[in-house]
Formats: sequence, C-alpha cells, structure tokens
Amino acid sequence: MKARTSWDVVCTVEDLVPESGVAVWTEDGPVAVFYLPHRLPALFAVSHTDPFTGKNVLARGITGDLKGQPVVASPLYKQHFNLQTGRCLEDEDVAVKTYPVLLDGNNVRVEIPAVNKESAAA
Amino acid sequence: MSKKTLIVIGNGMVGHHFLEQLVATPAAADFDIKVFGEEKLLAYDRVHLSEYFGGSTHADLAMGTADWYAENNIDLRLCEQVTGIDRDNQTITTPVGEYSYDELVLATGSYPFVPPIKGNEHPHCLVYRTLEDLDSIRASADGAKTGVVVGGGLLGLEAANALKSLGLDAHVVEFAPRLMPVQLDSDGGALLKHKIEELGVQVHTEKATTEIIEGEDARLRMNFSDDSHLETDLIVFSAGIRPQDALARASDLAMGERGGIVINDQCTTSDPHIHAIGECALWSEKIFGLVAPGYTMARTLASVLSGDEEAAFTGADMSTKLKLLGVDVGSIGDAHAQTPGSRNIRFNDEQAGHYRRMVISEDGKTLLGAILVGDNSHYDTLLQYALNGIELPEQPETLILPESQGGAPTLGPDALPETASICSCHNVSKGDICGVIDAGCSDLGSVKTETKASTGCGGCAALLKNVVDSELEKRGVEVSKDICEHFPYSRQDLFNIVKVNGIRTFRTLIREHGKGHGCDICKPAVASILATCWNEHILATDHVPLQDTNDTFMANMQKNGTYSIVPRIPGGEITPDKLIVLGEVAKEYNLYTKITGGQRVDLFGATLSELPDIWEKLIAAGFETGHAYGKSLRTVKSCVGNTWCRYGVQDSVGMAITLENRYKGLRAPHKVKMAVSGCTRECAEAQSKDFGVIATENGWNLYVCGNGGMRPRHGDLFATDLSDEELIRTIDRVVMFYVRTADRLQRTSVWMENLEGGLDYLKQVVLEDSLGICDELEQHMADLVGTYQCEWKTAVEDPEKRKRFREFVNAPSKKDPVQQWTTERDQRRPVVEGEPA
Repeated sequence: MKARTSWDVVCTVEDLVPESGVAVWTEDGPVAVFYLPHRLPALFAVSHTDPFTGKNVLARGITGDLKGQPVVASPLYKQHFNLQTGRCLEDEDVAVKTYPVLLDGNNVRVEIPAVNKESAAA
Repeated sequence: MSKKTLIVIGNGMVGHHFLEQLVATPAAADFDIKVFGEEKLLAYDRVHLSEYFGGSTHADLAMGTADWYAENNIDLRLCEQVTGIDRDNQTITTPVGEYSYDELVLATGSYPFVPPIKGNEHPHCLVYRTLEDLDSIRASADGAKTGVVVGGGLLGLEAANALKSLGLDAHVVEFAPRLMPVQLDSDGGALLKHKIEELGVQVHTEKATTEIIEGEDARLRMNFSDDSHLETDLIVFSAGIRPQDALARASDLAMGERGGIVINDQCTTSDPHIHAIGECALWSEKIFGLVAPGYTMARTLASVLSGDEEAAFTGADMSTKLKLLGVDVGSIGDAHAQTPGSRNIRFNDEQAGHYRRMVISEDGKTLLGAILVGDNSHYDTLLQYALNGIELPEQPETLILPESQGGAPTLGPDALPETASICSCHNVSKGDICGVIDAGCSDLGSVKTETKASTGCGGCAALLKNVVDSELEKRGVEVSKDICEHFPYSRQDLFNIVKVNGIRTFRTLIREHGKGHGCDICKPAVASILATCWNEHILATDHVPLQDTNDTFMANMQKNGTYSIVPRIPGGEITPDKLIVLGEVAKEYNLYTKITGGQRVDLFGATLSELPDIWEKLIAAGFETGHAYGKSLRTVKSCVGNTWCRYGVQDSVGMAITLENRYKGLRAPHKVKMAVSGCTRECAEAQSKDFGVIATENGWNLYVCGNGGMRPRHGDLFATDLSDEELIRTIDRVVMFYVRTADRLQRTSVWMENLEGGLDYLKQVVLEDSLGICDELEQHMADLVGTYQCEWKTAVEDPEKRKRFREFVNAPSKKDPVQQWTTERDQRRPVVEGEPA
C-alpha cells in the first residue's frame, strides 16, 4: 500500500529569512527551512536536529555553497550538510533527514510522511 | 656518586654548541663542567663576523650569555690559555693553575694561515678571524686608501667586503687561476670575478706574492713573481686555515700528516679520555672548514658522553650557499666532477650573469654536485636532489634552464623523503618537521621555535616554508592566502576592496569580486570587514545571514544549544543596584551564573526566545551588550588603581572605563582584550593582553600584541610614559592598523609575529607615521567610535528584529524539547551525555 503523505503549512513567506534558515515545528519534529533566493530551487527543508550533538540548532547555521552544493554549517561544531541530500560533507556516514518543500501562494508547505505522523501521534 | 669533571678547551661556536647540546641531556648532571677560552669574549657567531663592521656589537653576535653558563653550572674561564696537558695524570695547566679532568674536549678551532712571504710580519699585515682582528683591521684602515686581501676563497671575499665597507679601494689577490678554487670551476670563477669587479673590488688571479716591502705611494708594496707589483696600505691574509693543534701535538696525541687531531667516528682522539671537535679535528683525513660539520661533531660527542653507544659522526656535507659582496654563489657536493664517469650539464648566460653547472652520475639518474654563480634560486632543489639521491627527471637540464626555455620544475616538498635534511645547522630533517606538526604546531613560527630549524644561518628558510606549507596542507590546514573557494583574496585584500569600492553588502562583493554563494568562512569574515568599514547594525537584513550564530543572536551558543548573556561591565566596575538586577534576572530565568575571567558576569542557559526579554530587562537597568559573542573588543580588565590601592600611581579604573567605552563594539579579525594596571605590580595582568597598559609615575606604558590564549605571549613594550591623550591616540592607530591588515581570525600576537620587520616596523608606522597613514587610521577610529550603538538595544526595540528570536516560527510558545537539566552546586546546568537527567 502506498504510504499517504501530507503537505503541512509550516509558515509563510514573511517568516523566511533570505540566505538563512528558520526553525518550524512539525508533526515529524523540528524542521529547518532555508530560503536561498539566489538559487534554484530556493527552498530547502531538513531536520533541525544536528546529528552530531542531538541539539536542535541547524536552522541557525550559516548557509552557502561548497563545490557547487548548497550547504548549511552546523553552528555547534561546523560540519557541513548538503541541503538537497542531507549528506554530511565531513562524514559520509552521517546525514540529516530532508523534506520536500514548496511554496503555495504565501504559504510554505513541507511534505511530512504519514507513517511518521502516525508514530508521532501514537 | 661523585661527579666527573669535564673540561672543554675552546669557547668558539663549536665549543658552545657542544655545551648547549650536553646540558640538554640528562647526563649533564653527572659532570662538573669547566670551559677555558683564550679570547676575552664569550663565544660569538663567526659566520656573521663581517656584520661587526656594519655596526653589530659582540653582544649582537654572542651565542650565549654569562648568565646562561651560570644557570647551567658551567665554570667559564675566559682569558685563561691552556698551556699543557698531562695525559698520565689527567690534568691540564694554565698560567693560573692545574686542573684535573675525567674527560677532556678540545674545541680549539683553527688559526688563519699566513703564507711564508718575506715581510709578512709588517704591522699592517693582518688576519681575519676574531673580533680583535677586526678591531686591528679597523685601526689599520684609519688613514688608509687601499686594502688587499690575499686569498680569494670564501673568507677572503668576506674580508674584501669588509675592507670595502671601511671605505677602502679593495683588491683580492689569488694564487690560483680563479676565485673560490675549492668550490667553483673556471667558468664559475670567471663570472664571479667579473661580477665582483663590477662591484668595485679589483681581482688579481694567478698572482704569487714574493715579498712585501715599504711602498712608495702607500704603506706597502707587494711584489709578485711575474715582476708586477701592487701598492697598498694594509694586507689581510685569508689564505686558508690551519687546525689549532699545538696543545694536542705537545701531548703526543695522534696527528695528521699536515696537522689536525685525529678522531674516530665518536670524536675521540687516540686517548680515550680526550675528544676533539670542530676545525682542530681531523676525521677520515679531512678538516672541515665550515661550522655545520663542527656542529654535527658537537652533537655526536654530546651523545657519546651521555652514553649513547650508537652515536657516530659519519661525515658532513660541504655544500655552501652564500652571498658574497652581493653575488649569489652556490656549490654542492662533487662540484668538480671527480666521480669517475660523471657528466656535466652547463648553462651559462653571460648576458644575465648566471652560470649553472650540474654534475650527474654516469647513468644520468642522480645529481652528484653543482655550481651556481649569480643566482641561487635553484640551490635548494639541487641540494635536495644531491643529498637524498632523488632520481633526476628524464631531462635533468630542465632543473637549471631558465623558465622560458622549458620551465624549471622545482622539487616539490612532497618528493623529499622523511630523512631529507632541511636545516643542516641544527640537523632538522623533514621527519622532525612532520613530527612537530603532528604534535600540534600549525604554523611556520611554531615549527621554527620547536625544532630550531632555520634559526642558524637561515639558508633553508624558503625550503622550510615549502615543507611546512605542504605538510599543513596535507593535514587540511589552509595555507593559501585565499580566504576560501569563493574569493581569491586574503582578508586584507577584501578589506581594501570593500573600503576602496565602498561596497556595503556581501551580495555586491561576491557578485563583483568572487564566485558562488559564499560559506561559513567568507561570510563572517566579510561581515566583520563591513562592520569595521561602515558600522551598520549586524542584524540589518543584508547582514543577518552572514553571521555566526553568536553574532546573529548576540549571545554565545553553548554546548546544548542554549545561549549565554554577558552585559558590559566597563573596567569591571559595577554598582550594587546593577549587581542586584543581574541576580534578579538570573533567578527569574533560572540562569547559571558565573564571574568570567575578564571581570564580568556570565548568565548561562537562556533559550533563544528568552533572549530579547532578558535583554529588555537588563537594558532597562542601564546595561548594554558586552559583545562577548563577537570578534571584537571584549573587556578592559583593571585593578583598583590609586583610588583605593596604597601602591597605585594612576587611576587605572578610570582609564580602563575610558578605553572600554571607546573601543566597545569595534569588529576585529579576532577578539581583542585589554587591561590597565595602576602600578608595576600588574594586578590586572596587562602584559598578557592584546593591549596592556601599566601606570608609571609619569603616565602610561603601553604593551602590545600579548596573548593569554593557546600560545601565551607577553606583550612587547611599545611606548613609555604616555599621557592619556597620547595613549589613546597610539592605541587607536595600532588597533586600526591591525584590523585593516591582519588575516582572518589572526590574533594580534600572530599578526605581529608575521609582520615583516616586526615590532620596529610597527613602531615606525604608528609612532613615526612612516607610511603617512596615521591621520586616516585615527579618522577611521573616530568614525567607528561616533557610530557606536548598543546592538541589543537596537534589536529589542525593533519588532522585526525580535521576530528572529522565535524558537519555532510557527509555534512561538513551543519549548525546545531536547533540553535536559540537572543541578550542581545549587545551580542548573545541562545534563552531559550518559548522565541521567
């Protein structure tokens, strides 16, 4: 059976900070939404939790690009994460969860997997 | 166990080096050490003897100090010539008395050879060996017009340079058909002669002096075997050296046929308790007339005496690289192609005055020797090929051809084996350098300190830098001056680009001068530069995404993702009312409270969304941001000064507050700390700060570029007895010069260490305005001081900026669920991993 998903509205365009991230609360936990207006796509959503420390801080990292990949640097110990794949550049065994994200009019929507919704509810 | 007596005869470079090496071993404790020196001066650097004519003093050239000998319990007896050795009773005799020894070291060196020419005893016939000799030459040059050096070797050309520097018409007379016959071939010697003559020194080769008589137009006349003659006012003999071995000869030690004390690989003579090192020693029928082999013998013997049975002297490389009268000369290994079957490659550019010769093995695979005249830029590479037997490239000539004729591939430091000798003065190999880098050295300066590499003759400086850069790069340390992949510029370049072009945003800078979108390296660096240049609020929309989290949220992120709060307490002075406010706020938000090392109060454990509320309360009570988060001025520490202290001579608290208020908020490449002490008791520990001020009876002494961080450094005394105005003006200038020219994240201490010319240069720029920029520096500082704002005040008053502090933008009241706390010493702190909450 195909897993059901839902596109939750997490914030509006006004909440976004250009070239940076904001943290939103979703039914899948804290998610960092990045808005990089000078590239395509311009919106990225990854888990807000830094996998190296378990702290919810990734939205507060500096964004940029390394060798063409869009990245955020964790503000704690500065590891870089590819915003598209979630992959850590310094340690290929580590990755953060990524979420599909889109702009729907003035709303920013993140796709939350239903299975996680159910487990979060349970 | 009673101590053994070790006597060293001779206090020259080699004798001194031996003592340095010996006292560094545990065996030093087993010996009572006595040193006898014939000269009245402590060991000094003879390699740089000619600098004595350039104004250097004995103190500048000295290798140690009397204190050093005393600290190491070495009994140093200068002006006491040893006149005899009694081997049977193990004693030595001097005019003062008799001394017994268990081990005896002869480091008596050599004396200049004066050829047996009739008339050579004339009072204006001199030699070039000791500082006293130089004094005699100087005295003789007084009233003289012309000077001749007999001998066209290394030392002779040095001596000719010395005569020239004394204002004489200098001549060099050489018996052989060319200069430097030992190191150079005929083409090289001819080119060197040509170049030296261009510099105004007359060179006469193939001249044998038959007699020295009274002159007609000058003091002396030299008659040559070819019936020509030369008139001169003084003659310096520099025709080679002879080992100073009379003492050893008189005590029947085994000697070489032409002199020299015979030693084995352990630097021991035919008497097992007598050792010899340096130019008095004959090893494998060779006398080494350079300092490096003497140093190697000194190290060997120190190891031998400390019980190392493996230690052995196995010969020394006689390659040399010099600048003689400003002309580059290099000679490596088998320069004269004496190895059977060896072949030569020569490059001779008479136009440019460059001569290069390579001697390669029969199979063309290894470099045996080389000669360079006029340009030593190929020396380091060639030396490494020769010393390490590295296989030559297929077309070895490319190593000496000029770039335009095919390019000269330099030997990358990676190609060198671990055993490659980088610094021969101090016997430092590439492996040693890798070792200290692995142990934590992360820049050239610390590698030099740790290994002593390049602190002897300095000839290996360029090679050392290459090796260090390459090894650091391999370990992921950025060595290129480029700040990151987005900008091909150093921080200083970027500063100038921003300032000159009036660029106000990162976006404009990267579009016009960089590429890509930036990263966590260049963005904060540019944010700092923009702040220094234009001083706009760091949370202005354009600047927010550039900042590290600390600057973005104007607080320090701690290990659990919460933040700390540090209000400014200028000079550490605070009223009871304000202290109470801090306590109340800390209590209300359950913050961990600690006094910092810089006389402030740190409040820990605030969540992102609590920060603006907390600051609103603090600002209402009269506090302002302490910039504890920024690469900026942190604190100005102070003692209580003459307000309360019985000893204080100035108002250190008042000055600290003035300084802190003046420089607060100023963005710099690294954090900056200052301190002001009210007297020389230094209770504020000012000398460990970037800028340290210590009160004197007459004003203030300023110390700059100290550091209490990972690599502590005391500040250097920069100016004395300054008035209040002079002090502030001087600090203004140094701070701005640092901010403008330092690298990213470079502390003032490292900045100063890397500044060409160091402290003296900085003094010229700041105190004498040698660059004519002091007005500009002061004006820039005045602009910054005039545009100061409390960043937190601006932020809490602006609803848009406050929005940035929401923990979750779609759930403002939601608390971060991962925080876990425990209590220790009555305060809340984060739970550490593995600890139950």
